[in-house]
Amino acid sequence: MLNPDLKLNPKLFDPDVEVKPTRHGYGDGLVALGEKNPNVVALTADLAESTQAHKFAEKFPDRFFECGVAEQNMAAIAAGLGVSGKIPFVSSYATFSPGKNWETIRTTIIYNNSNVKLAGHHAGIMTGADGSTHQATEDIAITRSWPGIKVLVPCDSIEAKKATISAASIAGPIYLRFTRDKTPIMTTHETPFEIGKIQTFWVTKNPIVTIFVTGYMLYYALLAAKELDLEGIQVLIANVPTIKPLDEKALLTLAKNTKAFVSVEDHQVMGGLGGAIAEFTVKNIPIPMEFIGLQDTFAESGSPKELIEKYGMGKDSIKQAVKKVIARK
Amino acid sequence: MIDELHDDKLKDLELKANQIRQLIIETLVEAKSGHSAGPLGMADIFTAFYFHILNHKPKNPDWEDRDRLVLSNGHICPVRYAAMALSGYFPVEELKTLRKLNSRLQGHPHRTSLPGLETTSGPLGEGISQAIGMALAARLDNKKYHIYCIASDGEQQEGNTWEAVMFAAKYKINNLTLVIDRNNIQIDGFTENIMPLESLRAKYEAFNWEVLEVDGNNIRAFVDAVREARAIFEKPTVIIAHTIPGKGVDFMENDYRWHGKPPDKEEAEKALWELRTLQGKIVSEHK
Repeated sequence: MLNPDLKLNPKLFDPDVEVKPTRHGYGDGLVALGEKNPNVVALTADLAESTQAHKFAEKFPDRFFECGVAEQNMAAIAAGLGVSGKIPFVSSYATFSPGKNWETIRTTIIYNNSNVKLAGHHAGIMTGADGSTHQATEDIAITRSWPGIKVLVPCDSIEAKKATISAASIAGPIYLRFTRDKTPIMTTHETPFEIGKIQTFWVTKNPIVTIFVTGYMLYYALLAAKELDLEGIQVLIANVPTIKPLDEKALLTLAKNTKAFVSVEDHQVMGGLGGAIAEFTVKNIPIPMEFIGLQDTFAESGSPKELIEKYGMGKDSIKQAVKKVIARK
Repeated sequence: MIDELHDDKLKDLELKANQIRQLIIETLVEAKSGHSAGPLGMADIFTAFYFHILNHKPKNPDWEDRDRLVLSNGHICPVRYAAMALSGYFPVEELKTLRKLNSRLQGHPHRTSLPGLETTSGPLGEGISQAIGMALAARLDNKKYHIYCIASDGEQQEGNTWEAVMFAAKYKINNLTLVIDRNNIQIDGFTENIMPLESLRAKYEAFNWEVLEVDGNNIRAFVDAVREARAIFEKPTVIIAHTIPGKGVDFMENDYRWHGKPPDKEEAEKALWELRTLQGKIVSEHK
């Protein structure tokens, strides 16, 4: 059942569950920050509306910088702002930023320890019809390998707003990952959120597998858990909004408790959430694990729903992975 | 306000520049790797900055109202390190640690390793953007400090450079002065053979910048150019400083092969002798 302590959306399993893109949470979070903190500034590279940074631009035009289609320049300008007392939020599609401007960010923001928050939008195959050029499916891997950065992937628009606001209160570089399409609201304003914490969204009496999920795919995992329950398979579902630093304490407890893991993410299975968890368990408590995500392939154009089915990342694929990992125990 | 240079001060600065050149050679021969030509060519400009132009406090490098000097082409850092040491940011002896384990003097500058550095640099084309970020922050905070950015001519080949140049014109960034070291060489050869940059002036003018050109090895002329640049408010300003790579060491001057290598012991001795005797003009050391 849904963890009652977390005050999750009671209508989560309704067919007409409220849906909203996580990027909207980013836009709302930016505005809230702008009102609170005069040092918060925002930049974009011709993607103000798609990244929802336009809401901030409309309210605080003097603190908003439109860089044109120039992601390297945007990142390095943010680096200069970030070492001068400002808290810049850099807004673009993740394939362009931190994709195209990866080295610029590495040198001028990460190694330089500038207080910049990087918002990578249109992440994952959830980007849909635009095709694989615009579906960022490697961004977690290329950001989490940077020393000192924090990597946040909110599961819904409410958590996205909380993550955006929290990012401003922690000094140093942070990467935030957002998706384009509308996805179900799973949390509420009362749900606690803390950077660096894993939360168990689905709890059972005698769980034998923990499913770790980052981002909106949490919804598919919850649907899978509900069906598995009816089949007599009890699992836990852990929401991982912070991929770096990983909540190692929670991982260890869950590993001891269930002794098998499944990771679920809209990202390549290499280098993402699953990779991060596997790095930890292999070293500390080796247990069988299965990985849901893109299996070393680019996706294509299509509706998010079709893509998730075709690339084996939906509810049924998650259920299969759970059964597979149980067989390996 | 930057004062005009009087004769006595100029003489002092020229001696300082010579001292910086000697320190560059001594540092590089000790480090056994690094860049020679660029640092030597820029010794006069760095002397002008650290000992005349910049409003700074070497003993309080984080002073909020300091002028910012951003070095975009980080590979010429030996000249910056030498100028910083001489002006009191850290002991001159520390220059010997350049490029060695546990040193604050990284092979390419790392801001958080050494107080007084404004950015981390090495990968080219990123300095102007960072300087713009600092200029925007100063503008938002109504701060009067000025931002200077030194860039190489080779890095004018980077797309990022022109992204920054466009942005600065759009936002009329006038609290930033860009200085381009036009020494005509880069690691693989002469700029005009590798990827022609001319007309650099016309390019910047077309991007709506004010362009000044100056002999970058003439300290007085350079200071005057910066004074003039500071009086221009309508547009961002670039000073194209024509310098001689390897300046002061006869066998290095204008030879691109000295872009990316240090002198060996023998070459260093010869270079230091040239610098001490002003290429043999001072007879007392000549024998």
